[in-house]
Amino acid sequence: MPTPVGAALRTALKEAAIAAGVALIVALPLVGFRLIDITGGVSIQTRFDWVVYGVAVVFIGRLGLALWRELRIPHARKAGEASSLAIFAEQIAAFTRQYSLYFGIVGAAFAFALPFMPFTDQYILDVAITVLIYVMLGWGLNIVVGLAGLLDLGYVAFYAVGAYSYALLAQNFNLTFWESLPLAGAFAALFGLLLGFPVLRLRGDYLAIVTLGFGEMIRIILLNWQSLTGGPNGVSSIERPSFFGYPFTAVAPEGKTAFHELMGLEFSNSHRVIFLYFLILILALITNAFSVRMRRLPLGRAWEALREDEIACRSLGINPTNTKLSAFALGAMFGGFAGSFFATRQGFISPESFTFIESAVILAIVVLGGMGSQFGVVIAAAFLILVPEFGRDLAQFRMLMFGFAMVAIMVWRPRGLIAHREPSMRLHPVGGPEAAKAGS
Amino acid sequence: MTTPDHLLDVEHLTMRFGGLTAIDDVSFGAADRQISAIIGPNGAGKTTLFNCLTGFYKPTVGRLGLRRGSKTLLLERMEGFRIAQQAGVARTFQNIRLFPGMTVLENLLVAQHTALMRASMFSLAGLFRLPVFRAAERAAVDFARFWLDRIGLLDRADWDAGNLPYGDQRRLEIARAMCTRPVLLCLDEPAAGLNPRESADLNELLLYIRNEQKTAVLLIEHDMSVVMGISDRIIVLDYGRKIADGTPSAVRNDPVVIRAYLGEEETDEIPPEIAAEIGVAAKRP
Ligand SMILES: Nc1ncnc2c1ncn2[C@@H]1O[C@H](COP(=O)(O)OP(=O)(O)OP(=O)(O)O)[C@@H](O)[C@H]1O
Ligand SMILES: [Mg+2]
Repeated sequence: MPTPVGAALRTALKEAAIAAGVALIVALPLVGFRLIDITGGVSIQTRFDWVVYGVAVVFIGRLGLALWRELRIPHARKAGEASSLAIFAEQIAAFTRQYSLYFGIVGAAFAFALPFMPFTDQYILDVAITVLIYVMLGWGLNIVVGLAGLLDLGYVAFYAVGAYSYALLAQNFNLTFWESLPLAGAFAALFGLLLGFPVLRLRGDYLAIVTLGFGEMIRIILLNWQSLTGGPNGVSSIERPSFFGYPFTAVAPEGKTAFHELMGLEFSNSHRVIFLYFLILILALITNAFSVRMRRLPLGRAWEALREDEIACRSLGINPTNTKLSAFALGAMFGGFAGSFFATRQGFISPESFTFIESAVILAIVVLGGMGSQFGVVIAAAFLILVPEFGRDLAQFRMLMFGFAMVAIMVWRPRGLIAHREPSMRLHPVGGPEAAKAGS
Repeated sequence: MTTPDHLLDVEHLTMRFGGLTAIDDVSFGAADRQISAIIGPNGAGKTTLFNCLTGFYKPTVGRLGLRRGSKTLLLERMEGFRIAQQAGVARTFQNIRLFPGMTVLENLLVAQHTALMRASMFSLAGLFRLPVFRAAERAAVDFARFWLDRIGLLDRADWDAGNLPYGDQRRLEIARAMCTRPVLLCLDEPAAGLNPRESADLNELLLYIRNEQKTAVLLIEHDMSVVMGISDRIIVLDYGRKIADGTPSAVRNDPVVIRAYLGEEETDEIPPEIAAEIGVAAKRP
């Protein structure tokens, strides 16, 4: 019988050797050889010393990690308990869950006060607007993915439909933002129905692939339908938002009053930004209120039931096709609203803004935040948008950090940051009969 | 050709899967407000029969008539969810199919979807929480509360259904089916995996459903203490054919049935464990 330390060392050495082997296989072609330009062509340069350093670092690192784990909490591990980091994450999640109402109130109060904070400048507001767009998109997609359990990889298509609807309506028919907004939402919902009708009988992976294809189709149509969409040049000089008809300009056009004149203020560029900020904040809060309320209605409950078991739903008289279509269309509608906002904020849109990576980011927000959790979406959106934003100096590492966050969440909290599901209705107050064993 | 006092008439039902005939020309009728049991060895086609009745399979041949008032609905022509919604046929599954991540109460509310959906005017009245909807919601919760009390799960109404013990899950599935207010309840092996105490409770629940709720029950069951104890009528299937149909006492002594359970060769001595299963006396007089 080896001593405990001996056994731990053996396990750790084995793991470290495997990790080093993998590192070697990966690093040899990627790091070991390098193409360099020389006059008249390219040649290959070898960098085996780098490979050696890299593999050594992996070996030692893995050895250290494994030893630390084996020696510090051998019993916990054997008993199948979570690592200390996972426990820490669970505690944080439990804390946020317990006080989620207060977090919501404080968060909303902070959001409303943000533009008037002393430290707030235009840059911060711009970033906050971007975060809020993604929060809104996350909440919209949450209806489809989190509640109805339909994996949609092409959500950006509805965002694009909303954006182009507004841009084209404003340009061709001179509709204002407020007139176009419901139309843009309706168009996006219509596209949701059109897509949903043929594909919603597919399940899981198949649905994901078809929606992915749909997202790309919309982008390619936008790219090629030159006469309508302007193709790769996009639509520019889209009508900027006005304060219910009072434009945010230094000099008002003929026959109109500018916003600052109306309010008796000094003209400032920041008025428009503040207005946009409140606009998206309110749109996002409407999305939130809508989905929170839907969850408590029969339709929302049927969405969740469909996610849990479609066959059982059919046996209870729920029409699966219509129920799924409604989730798809309503989710799409909010994507469309967000798209309109995006168009009016940017003043310029092109198919480039609606690539697959956008769908992936929105889906990541929903999945990382915890499917079906409204609060989790806010945290995940803030994280996924702010980290790359403030990490701009480390631009090359953005994708790396993104990937690290994904892996970390999947390892420690596979069901998302806030995986708790609050029942849509309770019979007993919290802490009522046998409440201790409920949930989880 | 529908017999007047029959709620359900199955006529010449045949279901083929490729070359396999799972149900072969089966006809029977189920009376209203009675418990009709369907028994038979494994693979006899019992679950397939339920799947045809509830619209999960389209029968190859046959007519499935359900009497509602003066009309007869043809189930084989209806879409699956409409059979539950309009014909009033509810079912449970051989492998329990609850919504495990939703609470016990929510499971029962989902079952009342059709009524609630109408009251919420497809969510419009619900979104603004109009009084019409609030009243319907309260009624639905009260109905759920009634069934929870009935199956003894009132205290655990806010548990996730997936966290309940097995026997409670079985009963919850039955209560959920009853919350659709069916005229015909199809139960696929509700006593499977229950201990003797739980299966006695189940008997009582099924009798209550027949006597007080005035609902007809179609019961697939292997547990003969349940079948013989509460059925008004037993239909025996074997290899997709109906081989017997009658009262419990007639079926229990039917030589064809005994042979189906024992295999082809003639036996005088029935091994005690098999005798126990089919409920005959070990030594026949
Ligand atoms: N979808 C299907 N496709 C092909 N064959 C099927 C299908 N469904 C059922 N069968 C076959 O039909 C036959 C009857 O199956 P069924 O499940 O109805 O039996 P059962 O009487 O319910 O048996 P058990 O007592 O084991 O539940 C079996 O041979 C089965 O393999
Ligand atoms: Mg079966």
